[in-house]
Amino acid sequence: MSSRSRLSILPLTLVLVGCDREARDYRSLALQSHEPANAFGGNAYHLAQGQRLYGWMNCAGCHAHGGGGMGPPLRDDEWRYGGNMEQMVATILDGRPNGMPAFRDRITEDQAWQLATYVRSLSARTRQDMLAGRADEPANVEPPVLDERKPVRRVTPKQDDATEE
Amino acid sequence: MKNGANRWLLAVLAVLILIVVIGAIVLGAPDRRPDPVFGDKADSLAEVPQAASRARSPSWYEAPRENAWTMQLGDPSGSRFSPLSDISAANVNSLEVAFTFDTHNERGHEAAPLVVGDTMFVTTPYPNDVYALDLTTPRPTVKWHYQPVPLHASQGVACCDVVNRGAAYEGGRLFFNTLDGQTIALDTASGGELWRTKLAEINKGETITMAPLVAEGRVLVGTSGGEFGVRGSLTALDAGSGAVVWKAYSTGPDTDVLIGPEFEPFYAQDKGEDLGVHTWNPEGWKIGGGNPWGWISYDPELHMIYYGTGNPGPWNPNQRPGDNKWTAGLFARDVRTGQARWFYQSSPHDLFDYDDVNESILVDMPFHGEMRKVLVRPARTGFFLVIDRETGQVLSADPYAHVNSARRVDLVTGRPEVNPEKMPKPGRVTRNICPAAPGGKDWNPSTFSPRTGLVYIPHLNLCMDEGEVEANYIAGTPFLGADARMFAGPGGHRGVFTAWDPVARRPVWRIREDLPLWSGALATGGDVVFYGTLDGWFKAVDARSGKLLWRHRLSSGIIGMPMTYRGPDGRQYVAIFAGVGGWSGAIVSGALDPADPTSALGFVNAMGDLIHRTEPGGKLYVFALPA
Repeated sequence: MSSRSRLSILPLTLVLVGCDREARDYRSLALQSHEPANAFGGNAYHLAQGQRLYGWMNCAGCHAHGGGGMGPPLRDDEWRYGGNMEQMVATILDGRPNGMPAFRDRITEDQAWQLATYVRSLSARTRQDMLAGRADEPANVEPPVLDERKPVRRVTPKQDDATEE
Repeated sequence: MKNGANRWLLAVLAVLILIVVIGAIVLGAPDRRPDPVFGDKADSLAEVPQAASRARSPSWYEAPRENAWTMQLGDPSGSRFSPLSDISAANVNSLEVAFTFDTHNERGHEAAPLVVGDTMFVTTPYPNDVYALDLTTPRPTVKWHYQPVPLHASQGVACCDVVNRGAAYEGGRLFFNTLDGQTIALDTASGGELWRTKLAEINKGETITMAPLVAEGRVLVGTSGGEFGVRGSLTALDAGSGAVVWKAYSTGPDTDVLIGPEFEPFYAQDKGEDLGVHTWNPEGWKIGGGNPWGWISYDPELHMIYYGTGNPGPWNPNQRPGDNKWTAGLFARDVRTGQARWFYQSSPHDLFDYDDVNESILVDMPFHGEMRKVLVRPARTGFFLVIDRETGQVLSADPYAHVNSARRVDLVTGRPEVNPEKMPKPGRVTRNICPAAPGGKDWNPSTFSPRTGLVYIPHLNLCMDEGEVEANYIAGTPFLGADARMFAGPGGHRGVFTAWDPVARRPVWRIREDLPLWSGALATGGDVVFYGTLDGWFKAVDARSGKLLWRHRLSSGIIGMPMTYRGPDGRQYVAIFAGVGGWSGAIVSGALDPADPTSALGFVNAMGDLIHRTEPGGKLYVFALPA
């Protein structure tokens, strides 16, 4: 091998070494390293922000204040696309095929975590000192309180003496 | 001294005992009044009108052919009347199930099936499947099954359950709409698709749920999406090719609304240039609603169609100052060109979601000693309107339901006199607004019998509390700005079935129903009127007295429209869908949470008991007299 060809290998080697560098995802690194569910979930500020976003993003139009309407209820234990924080954030940001729109272009990832924090508080036991003093909407519903995640409602019609087919 | 102290003690003791006794009576004693039982008896209020003072069908009216039911309202005048009289008040109590057909679809079934000769056409809610049933076999068999496969995501922008209000038939073709906004024509012999035209974009919140009307070779289709800030439009498609013949928006400049030199509204406030722009906040008309998702009637003599436009967007009225034309009103248009002839706004600057999409029944009737061509309509506002169908003049407006949101309709200006106490204020809750958002009556059509001259109205007795918040427009998400909570109106019953005399302007009889009525009605030549309840009772009542003649419990709540036909075997049949859902029944079909009073835009607050009284499931029931 001539010294000339040795010289040409050098930059190629350098390039190949560069390819092998560790992949860094700068944007999500901070969140993932701090267990975001806890970082957001245990924080009254994030919960209050989530409640505000819930109104701003028109979530209540479909899901009401947790009881549902055009969209499914958010208070029970049935989660079509998963009920943990990561899954909720994915649902909010990217949407779901049966009509949940994607909000990625409307809110930041942090705001999606705040929203998920509020949505979770509708169905899961939330620490008393985290809860907002009152609900944001005009007083048509109870403010968020200590609330257990409710079992899925199964319809059980009353027995009737009617002429049933 | 001692005596005096004793007397004091005695007096104090007596007062204490009195307080305890009164307290026990007021608080402790159980209320021994029995629960009111609704729905099994009619209150008689007036006489059935004499023949001379009756409303009658228009001169050009043709009853549906005996062996056919080709459109949802039965005939172009929108009467939902059938002259068939084999099933009558005398024998209806022996009606029994002839056959059933399971759609395997658990959402709200609002449609009526259609029948043409030997074939029945059944349409379902999303995913909008169509079945053709052969009626000549002893148990009807499926001739063909058509699946349009609408976009899944359309379910997410359907305001109140994923309903569909059925198909229309003409000349060997079946026309219907899909939730994702397509109008489809099928060849009824083969079930093959002839054409499909896309008229809505779900990413903007647009859907289609209404039943098309076919008139003069045009298929008329209106959009839905009043809860999403969708700018409403009515489109006329060529029945042969599916090409757009004309399209009329409900808001915006006159050229978009098809307002031209022929437009002659009766009232001064509807005259002027580009009112569809100037009666709005800047740009508000672009996201202003006015979706014609309800019924269309057709007068072949005048070549006019009549249809109503839906609520303006958003619900919160403080965000859209002005009259918000041409929402929440009634259009008369030339069916050939689409040009508007007149317009009447039943709820200018609508405050409470009073869509004006209810049916208009075309009749001729005496008014101040002279026969007038009119249309009659029980409007969402709670007023029964009689309107001259040539000019758009309101001849009378009387409340048929409990109304406190308006005091009356001023017949000089045509405007309702709004009750200032019920005006929504930003950030505040307004209490006890009657009627509630679904109105005195929602979409479910009434029926008119020319034999009695009465309009039979299945309607509501609901009031609501409503709080206003600022709504944010985000395409494809709800544009509301209101939190509602509904409850039963005065009397505690939530539904009413009223027989109304449009000439005498009064109810003749009235049945108070426990649950809101969300099914259509049907009157027949046998003087029987049919309707259904949300807990699944299909009922037949006497057209003259309202007496309950027969009832049958179906497998699910009824929000469909009854229809009748003579089968290939010569017998009269009556058909109705079971299949709870829709806005009122969404608590069951959507498994909503009754603990949140604002669920389903506040309807759930009034419907908590329904989850114990019926279950979801779509099934067509067809009844006949014993063979």
